[in-house]
Amino acid sequence: MADKVTIIAHSGDMDKIYSALIVANGALAMGMEATIFFTFWGLQRLKKGALDKGPLSKMNFLGLGKWMVQRRMQKAKVASLEKMLQDFKELGGKVMACDMTMEIMGIKPEDLRQDLIDEYCAVGSYIQEARNSSVTLFI
Amino acid sequence: MSELKTVEANITVDCRGETCPVPLVETRKALRRAAPGDVIKVLGTHPASKKEIPMAVEALGLKLLSVEGTDTDWTIYIQR
Repeated sequence: MADKVTIIAHSGDMDKIYSALIVANGALAMGMEATIFFTFWGLQRLKKGALDKGPLSKMNFLGLGKWMVQRRMQKAKVASLEKMLQDFKELGGKVMACDMTMEIMGIKPEDLRQDLIDEYCAVGSYIQEARNSSVTLFI
Repeated sequence: MSELKTVEANITVDCRGETCPVPLVETRKALRRAAPGDVIKVLGTHPASKKEIPMAVEALGLKLLSVEGTDTDWTIYIQR
């Protein structure tokens, strides 16, 4: 079993994308490998300019709740999702994009941030990563 | 461990005021940049990171030279 974390980012909610990236970056920082498989609503966040555009998973209140949480996060100096994603890539993290989601939702590769994506793939590739991971999460 | 205070750091990482997971991630980034034998000095104020950076150092098989200061104002020296 490899020292590796594989995460499915199914949700596109802002707070859940934070969770995925924080766990993944923590793993990389502590010497593990990390892969995030973006699918369904999670894949929407890899569209250009969309990374922090997801709602809050609870108490979004048409964006008011999200605005309040973001203000508190800024006050606490929580890093932006963009910094976390850049750090993830810099530390060797792997980004997989679900090609079935792309087909269902009519997303073209050029709609996505292709520079960040290592692989366009399906469940078999996720399983190949997951079977060699000591930690796998569905977020 | 006190004599290590005189060790000259090759890389200094200032994470004061930063929160989870930035101190851990910035430390890792610095360790990747460092050459074998280099000393990395990390400054921080995030209490959990004071415990977790040494855990990461151990997991990476590197040498923890010293951990100094309080939970909310600390300095960690690591040798790659």
